[in-house]
Amino acid sequence: MAFGQVLDAGTADRVKASLAGGRDVRGVLFRVVLQLALLFTVVILAALLVQVLTLGWETLATRLGDFLTAESRSRAKEAGVFQGLRGTLWIGVVTTLVAFPLGISAAVYLEEYAPKNRMTRFIELNIRNLAGVPSVVYGILAYTIFVTLLRPVTGGKTALSGALAVAVLVLPVIIITSAEAIRAVPDSLREAGFGVGATRWEVIRSHVLPYAAPGILTGTLLSLGRALGEAAPLILVGAVAGSVGYSGGLLDPGQLREQFTAMPIVIATWSTNARPGFDQITAAAIVVLLVVVLLANATAIVLRNRFEKKR
Amino acid sequence: MTVETDPAVATDGAAAPDAPRLVLDARDLNVYYGEFMAVRNVHVAVPRNEIVAMIGPSGCGKSTVLRCFNRMNELIDGCRVTGEVRYHGVDLYDRQVDAVEVRRRIGMVFQKPNPFPKSIYDNIVFGPRIAGVAKSEFDGIVESSLRKAALWDEVKDRLKSSALGLSGGQQQRLCIARAVATNPDVLLMDEPCSALDPIATGKIEDLMHEIKAEYTIVIVTHNMQQAARVSDRTAFFTVEVNSDSDRRTGVLVEYDDTEKIFSNPSDSRTENYVTGRFG
Repeated sequence: MAFGQVLDAGTADRVKASLAGGRDVRGVLFRVVLQLALLFTVVILAALLVQVLTLGWETLATRLGDFLTAESRSRAKEAGVFQGLRGTLWIGVVTTLVAFPLGISAAVYLEEYAPKNRMTRFIELNIRNLAGVPSVVYGILAYTIFVTLLRPVTGGKTALSGALAVAVLVLPVIIITSAEAIRAVPDSLREAGFGVGATRWEVIRSHVLPYAAPGILTGTLLSLGRALGEAAPLILVGAVAGSVGYSGGLLDPGQLREQFTAMPIVIATWSTNARPGFDQITAAAIVVLLVVVLLANATAIVLRNRFEKKR
Repeated sequence: MTVETDPAVATDGAAAPDAPRLVLDARDLNVYYGEFMAVRNVHVAVPRNEIVAMIGPSGCGKSTVLRCFNRMNELIDGCRVTGEVRYHGVDLYDRQVDAVEVRRRIGMVFQKPNPFPKSIYDNIVFGPRIAGVAKSEFDGIVESSLRKAALWDEVKDRLKSSALGLSGGQQQRLCIARAVATNPDVLLMDEPCSALDPIATGKIEDLMHEIKAEYTIVIVTHNMQQAARVSDRTAFFTVEVNSDSDRRTGVLVEYDDTEKIFSNPSDSRTENYVTGRFG
């Protein structure tokens, strides 16, 4: 028999028949369902954006500077979001300074130092539960601790109390995302470090943290972006619903010890105002808050890319 | 066990001056993971400037024993070691001994090449840097380490590029260079060629022969030809299954000159294994 010849025509036909597949109907259906899910999400997001942009466009286009620098007024045409921006900015700064180091440190301890026993598992489980506690509950906790008990430190219903409330709120999420990023560091990397005589601290500092940094950053900054939009804990801590008496500049840290308001509070307050023009400025304020959150996320992406290149 | 009967290998580090000096000497070594005994009653003595191979089927505890030699085992939760591992006569498990100092003197090369995700240069200087070596010596250390690992000519023009861009065989030789950069006197190799092709394996075996003059090497391998080719002495381990609990414990069957292990072993289990009739 010559090399390369098929046994006989019957064999070829049988093989051909067995290789021919039917149409994968369930596979196609599954794919369509997935596409619909994605489409649904995108459409909702697009509708939201189109709505706030069309409604808020006039304010943003005609008096953006004035809108960003004016205080909250009873007449929509003169009202602005300056005090809300100032509050949100300082809440973001203090949350970053308090929650990031605390959360990342706790995660490093849990993953790298803590013995893997029942106690550790119990603590981890509870941190996960804390991440699911409604933000209102954190508001009540923050009121009791930061506004009442720690009044000498925080000054009562101040931006500092609000910021600490938000910091406590995001802490569990930061711990969980950081711990997951650290857990994803391959053990072979740690062994390589220990193998040349590094101490635990040197292995963590030189290899584990740089490797986990992109994941930690993404998780923490996304949670910050989410937290900046939270109104409930700030309302309970005593954020002012109208104009604040304090008149410092945007970057004036004096805000921390003074009465405050924040972007989500401004939006919530204006949205319930029935007077003419408030619908429009509410939408404009939402756009401003979205831009702030997008900036936080963009920072996360830029930093992550930089760290990924380095590692 | 023939260590005691072999006159060439004294069982005590403080033996007569003409006897080979023992660099590592494990006695009555037992390793537990939690309650479970992973390795039982191991005696292995490693003379200076020799290559000792540890062979045996999967799960026989040869890697576990290797990791006792530089205390890498204690990074695993629940791992416990009893018995002694003497390094130049000093028990490594003595309370005053610092595992970090041990690992600076007893370097390790792992099964899968695991370079740091950094430049070739930074991979090598990490060990010296944390050991407090002056920065001015780094360039010299990088060149001499890479030369010892037979990698210098291939990478000398791209020392600052990422180690992850190297091939598997090059990465493993980089790991060897990284291990020798801290100037250890023992190198532990845990199946260093199992992820490599025959050409890369050959390069690493040649390398072992070359650096043997400066280092003492203990290598774990699945490849019996490799053990026969490179080592002076061979330890054969096997698995004992406890019929009551179905727990598997590794035991040392025989430790002798490599030639004897492969041509005329004293234990039938060794013979069955090295001739391919494992049972």
